Amino acid sequence: MLIGRFTERPYQDPASGYFGATGRSIQDLSISNGEYDSQLGADLYNRYLDEQVATEEAGFDAVMLNEHHSTPFCMGGTVNTEAAILARITEKVKIVLNGNVLPIWDDPLWLAEELATIDMISRGRLVTGWVRGTGRESIAHNAQPPFNWERFQEAHDFIVKAWTDDGPFRWEGEHYDYRYVNPWMRPYQKPHPQIMIPGVVSKNTVKWAAEHRYPYLMLSTRLEPTKASFDYYREVARENGYEAGSQHIGYLFKVHVEETEELAYEVGKKFLDGPGNIFLEGSRGTASPVLQNLPGLTDRKNLLPTGQVGFVAASRGRDADQVAKDNPDEAKDDKAAEPAPPARGGPAPAMQADYDTQLENYTIISGTPDSVIPKIRHVLETLRPGTIFFWDGDGAMTHEDSMRSLKLMGSDVLPAVREMAEELELKSSFEVDTQTNEPIPQLEEASAAGG
Amino acid sequence: MPEDAVGIVRWKGGELTVTTATAIATQRRVIPVADLDLHLREGGDGAPVVILHRSIGTLGWDALEEKLAAQFRVITPDLPGFGESERPDWAREPRDIALLVSRMLERLDLTDVTLVGLGFGGFVAAELATANEERLKSLVLVGAAGLKPREGEIVDQMLIEHAAYVRQGFSDEARFEARFGSELHPDIKDIWEFSRIMTARVSWSPYMFSRRLPHLLCEVKTPTLVVWGDDDRIIPKDSGLQYAERIPNARLEVVPNAGHLVEWDAPEELAQLIAAQATV
Repeated sequence: MLIGRFTERPYQDPASGYFGATGRSIQDLSISNGEYDSQLGADLYNRYLDEQVATEEAGFDAVMLNEHHSTPFCMGGTVNTEAAILARITEKVKIVLNGNVLPIWDDPLWLAEELATIDMISRGRLVTGWVRGTGRESIAHNAQPPFNWERFQEAHDFIVKAWTDDGPFRWEGEHYDYRYVNPWMRPYQKPHPQIMIPGVVSKNTVKWAAEHRYPYLMLSTRLEPTKASFDYYREVARENGYEAGSQHIGYLFKVHVEETEELAYEVGKKFLDGPGNIFLEGSRGTASPVLQNLPGLTDRKNLLPTGQVGFVAASRGRDADQVAKDNPDEAKDDKAAEPAPPARGGPAPAMQADYDTQLENYTIISGTPDSVIPKIRHVLETLRPGTIFFWDGDGAMTHEDSMRSLKLMGSDVLPAVREMAEELELKSSFEVDTQTNEPIPQLEEASAAGG
Repeated sequence: MPEDAVGIVRWKGGELTVTTATAIATQRRVIPVADLDLHLREGGDGAPVVILHRSIGTLGWDALEEKLAAQFRVITPDLPGFGESERPDWAREPRDIALLVSRMLERLDLTDVTLVGLGFGGFVAAELATANEERLKSLVLVGAAGLKPREGEIVDQMLIEHAAYVRQGFSDEARFEARFGSELHPDIKDIWEFSRIMTARVSWSPYMFSRRLPHLLCEVKTPTLVVWGDDDRIIPKDSGLQYAERIPNARLEVVPNAGHLVEWDAPEELAQLIAAQATV
């Protein structure tokens, strides 16, 4: 099993008014960067880099970074810059980018160059992940939403070719043209860094990932619909003549650990505070229905089971009435779907389940090692992922909150989870080749369990 | 929605709403152009008046068409990629749409056409005139997109909720409700959402104007009437002034108590202006 840690690196500004559950509402595109404090930004970027180093020291196999634009909930607008620094200041951990927003790159060769550079500086520790992005990314970098999916696919094909074929060659596609592709940097890993595809709701993307036999990582979605979405991956895999195993499945979920249950309960609540990602369970911000309904960005009739859950639907601009019609059982169980949102076309409401509900449904796991470990086991047994990421140190959590949790994860949680993974035979994509389903020889047998 | 509000809309293979009692018999036709089936509706007899719809698509045969059809042969195409007309996947700018419409006029063998363009349709009509005006008798640009205003900005429909965008097109927002009722018919919302996909394919960036069009307008010979709602809150009137300045034989007519959606705010006045222009 590959075990990593993730944080969105939120822009935590205690003076902003949106910090805290009762603060001012955060909606996409509603906040001017006129209030951005670069001193604070400097502190936070350095704090998060320190925490990534501490993540390695705690014994994690990977640190995971993500990319969003023009929003306080994630400071990873230039995630490759962070990754490049980590390539130099860490030694062992895999640097997982989940992921670069392919369709917003007008020049994907530049991205191919940056990633190859990171892979070389880190001596082969880059795991590259690619996403289509939310509406925010398309707006921020002015990428045409109707061509989002086409550009994603073409940029992927192009970058893989730029990494693997000897240049120079010419590329004349539907969206990208190059007269001379011959980048003077090539990935350290051969044929190229592993590609991982993260997602939340798009069925197209899962299908595409399964067709390419890339590991698919579900981002903090609820267990049952997540399981159903992985079933869809397995179904596509069988249609393509192979059996998907744990090596094809990844899952990101919120885990925080403290010495006492009382403290864990209090600090875990901070997941819900601050500028959280409105797409993922645990935020009290609201999505702009405009951003989620950008013309042609996603086919809303082609969603995964996770897309039926109230809050995801709301963040995607779908109204709860329709969700209830589409999927009555899910809506009935979804406490967050109440009260009814305004009529079609109105602002999307914050439809997050409350904290206690999230603790019950495994959306947030916060406790002492003793109480957290069985819950992690439940997640592993339910989903059978070969790659997991603990999402921690987010929302309103301080550096101290992060460090206490990291310490306990290193001393108590990680060893237990590794044992569990052995017992459940959950192999990562670094132990079993996702293309061939054959075991990958491990360089050092001693660290095999670690990835 | 009010019974008499909306005309005949054909959508997803069926007649969506048949409301306005159309005295004029209309028929639908399919015209193949460049391997695409382009749909149009026509009605009335007389000199041809071709109306190009907005970026929000068409809601069908409406008050403006009905009034004009008493005097003219009125032709309302679903622009390529809108309504029932096939989408040219390759189209990247309004000029591509204009070239297809130009070929459609040829296929219909129309001459002495009065070409009316509403909003985005006006952008297409202006592009068409710069490319080929042989079949045109006159041009009417109503709140036309296509030119970057020297002051102010064109309201970006991609950044606001779509019904709110349409609402802003009326001079008096109460007219939006009078027309569409307090709750928007889901099929109309669907039409708007669908239309905007094509809009985003051909006019995402720059949004609703061309940097090349202004340099070609001085070659347009067709007599042109530029119509602007006095209360247009979508496209600054300056764009209209520029059209009137750059097209040699053009004049600007400002319609009082009308917003961007002149054909819905003041259909009678607009029909009269078009009729006068078409019979000069």
